[in-house]
Amino acid sequence: MSADTRTAKSPSDFASQAAAQRGAPEQGPELLTGAQAVVRTLELLGVDDVFGLPGGAILPVYDPLMDTDKIRHILVRHEQGAGHAAEGYASASGRTGVCIATSGPGATNLVTAIADAHMDSVPMLAITGQVFSHLMGTDAFQEADIVGITMPITKHSFLVTTAAEIPATIAAAYHIASTGRPGPVLVDITKDAQQETAPFVWPPKIDLPGYRPITKAHGKQILAAAALMAEAKKPVFYVGGGVIRARASEELFELVETTGIPVVTTLMARGAFPDSNQHNLGMPGMHGTVPAVLALQEADLIVSLGARFDDRVTGNAALFAPNAKVVHVDVDPAEISKIRFADVPIVGDAKDVIVDLTAAFTNATASAPTDIAEWWAYLNGLREEFPLGYTPPTDGLLAPQHVIQRIGEITGPEGIFASGVGQHQMWSAQFIKYERPNSWLNSGGAGTMGYSVPAAMGAKVAQPDRTVWAIDGDGCFQMTNQELATCTINKIPIKVAIINNSSLGMVRQWQTLFYDGRYSNTDLNTGHDTVRVPDFVKLAEAYGALGIRVTKMEEVDAAIKLAIETNDRPVVIDFVVSADSMVWPMVPQGVSNSYVQYARDHSPSFDEEA
Amino acid sequence: MSTHVLSLLVEDKPGLLTRVAGLFARRGFNITSLAVGASEIDGLSRITVVVDVEDLPLEQITKQLNKLINVIKIVELDYDQSVQREHLLIKVRVDNTSRSQVLEAVTLFRARVVDVATDSLVIEVTGDSGKTNALLKVLEPYGIKEMAQSGLLAIGRGPKSISERVYKN
Repeated sequence: MSADTRTAKSPSDFASQAAAQRGAPEQGPELLTGAQAVVRTLELLGVDDVFGLPGGAILPVYDPLMDTDKIRHILVRHEQGAGHAAEGYASASGRTGVCIATSGPGATNLVTAIADAHMDSVPMLAITGQVFSHLMGTDAFQEADIVGITMPITKHSFLVTTAAEIPATIAAAYHIASTGRPGPVLVDITKDAQQETAPFVWPPKIDLPGYRPITKAHGKQILAAAALMAEAKKPVFYVGGGVIRARASEELFELVETTGIPVVTTLMARGAFPDSNQHNLGMPGMHGTVPAVLALQEADLIVSLGARFDDRVTGNAALFAPNAKVVHVDVDPAEISKIRFADVPIVGDAKDVIVDLTAAFTNATASAPTDIAEWWAYLNGLREEFPLGYTPPTDGLLAPQHVIQRIGEITGPEGIFASGVGQHQMWSAQFIKYERPNSWLNSGGAGTMGYSVPAAMGAKVAQPDRTVWAIDGDGCFQMTNQELATCTINKIPIKVAIINNSSLGMVRQWQTLFYDGRYSNTDLNTGHDTVRVPDFVKLAEAYGALGIRVTKMEEVDAAIKLAIETNDRPVVIDFVVSADSMVWPMVPQGVSNSYVQYARDHSPSFDEEA
Repeated sequence: MSTHVLSLLVEDKPGLLTRVAGLFARRGFNITSLAVGASEIDGLSRITVVVDVEDLPLEQITKQLNKLINVIKIVELDYDQSVQREHLLIKVRVDNTSRSQVLEAVTLFRARVVDVATDSLVIEVTGDSGKTNALLKVLEPYGIKEMAQSGLLAIGRGPKSISERVYKN
């Protein structure tokens, strides 16, 4: 991953930085406790902010943390909040997010966030305390094998039992988390390792013989890809979250302008390419736009850039894009040909590969320009016939799509939007226009309800000058709203828009469509004409936030504006919306994307070639 | 399904075997045989895994294994291009009439008797699975009381070594 200097330092950078900061040491290395070494290492790695919650086995680290003026520690109310905050921090800024928890339940509370970061390739460093090494394996108080528990959901993990290993291990973890395909790395440190002293050696020797991410692609493959792009009649760029992680948006823009090839941006890639650009057909997949879904489905060439053919994009993979050849670009070789065979596999960093592809395409088409006018005519026809839209509800309640659209429009593209998971997530992906990378944060792979409030908090810490919204559901909000306390106490003024349909909306939508409207356990009683437990306005006030309830269309804009203007505390707006609004378009699960429904029982008619 | 022998050079770190075995289990691949031991380089271990999979999933396993930070190198060893051995200890029931027949089989298979009791023999045999299976078939009628089998070990033929290019770059 080509990166800014903060996230991808080489060991030699550490050396020069350490020398610059502390002067060349004359005597031997300083003796530090393991706990001091943890803090010093984080400082030297350039970590400014960490999210965490102390406990017995991590207590030693919290002592020197009190003295550092380089690191701001934000005390969360639940470790899951620390994990998602680190994710939001990372996703909004591209820097590595750091979270700290104690052993046992502290560590296991991080698990959901770690799994989430793993699915969405978020650079994250999780530091956990572990019981004394002589107690490990004895079922000691607050002992959990967190290294074992997180093995399947981390990029890597370390157990540290001596103070001397701490600098090198944390530096290695940070390096692994932030390079190649980013991901979460866990460092579990026993209490005795934190307490004992050892010489603090910096820069440490990072010895990772088995870790060498490939960034520069094979020239022959680039030429093969360019040749396919030059001769394709129905090409499409299938852009995934990898483009954002690789900071390759500008290069992508250049590639698209050069080739004129249409673009679809997946849920994880919203903002990787501007929505305002005419080449952008929007989001593909289960709730994608009709033009984006059908562009992939009917393409003769799919150029996948940092995407992974997720089942939410492909639908029934065996029936996906039957006539397309595939160029698959990914920094992780294991993604290539995992789901769909790649005719041209390209392993490399998206940024480098996109630059190479642009140059190779220009050469390949120098004598014979491409002609994809017919393809564009077809796609533009779809765009005209099936624009993104919604039917206003008939129950007099707010249209959730309208609320979300207005949040996007009034805030503008410089804002950051973090969503939870469900209907409001899909509407936020659809109805907010994204113009820049890192402006849209969500839990795409794991689908973690409760992501948005802590993620928005982390994003606001990383980017304090931006307006940061948590667009949440009434169900999601109740999973992690305790972090409002963290926001109020630490002056992190996020805005929370609860799209309150009084139910687990996406589940309810499926019950409407596939279970004859039998609403089993999806009613949350938070909305209109219910007991309103909890009352979100009162809850907001209890947390020291500004609480606003909006029930009428004409109040929507004023509430959003008031929220944007209020920056001395968090804001929670309870938008009371209709429970009957559904997310459209939709491809029902398990069928070909050719059966995309624009609205209920309404599929576009098109020439089926499959 | 076809049988593939993978040879892994790995860092000798705590939990390494869990990482490797867990990856197979998680991705739904069945390990038929596993052998772990030292390699020619200090700090590196060698794992030999036998799996029954089609070619495409095999590629996916190999790529996923390669992503493990502690895995240094993976090679697939073809039967023709490698020496493959497994090791068996077999306790066979014998009496005065059958003992000589069993000993004859032991000689024919170039196996060895490593323990003798009045009504049993412990036989040690090394070979590829064809040979060990054949011996087992011959011994079965006498009564196999107990058996312990090692995982398959394999090494490439010729002068090249798996660790040759490991520390370059």
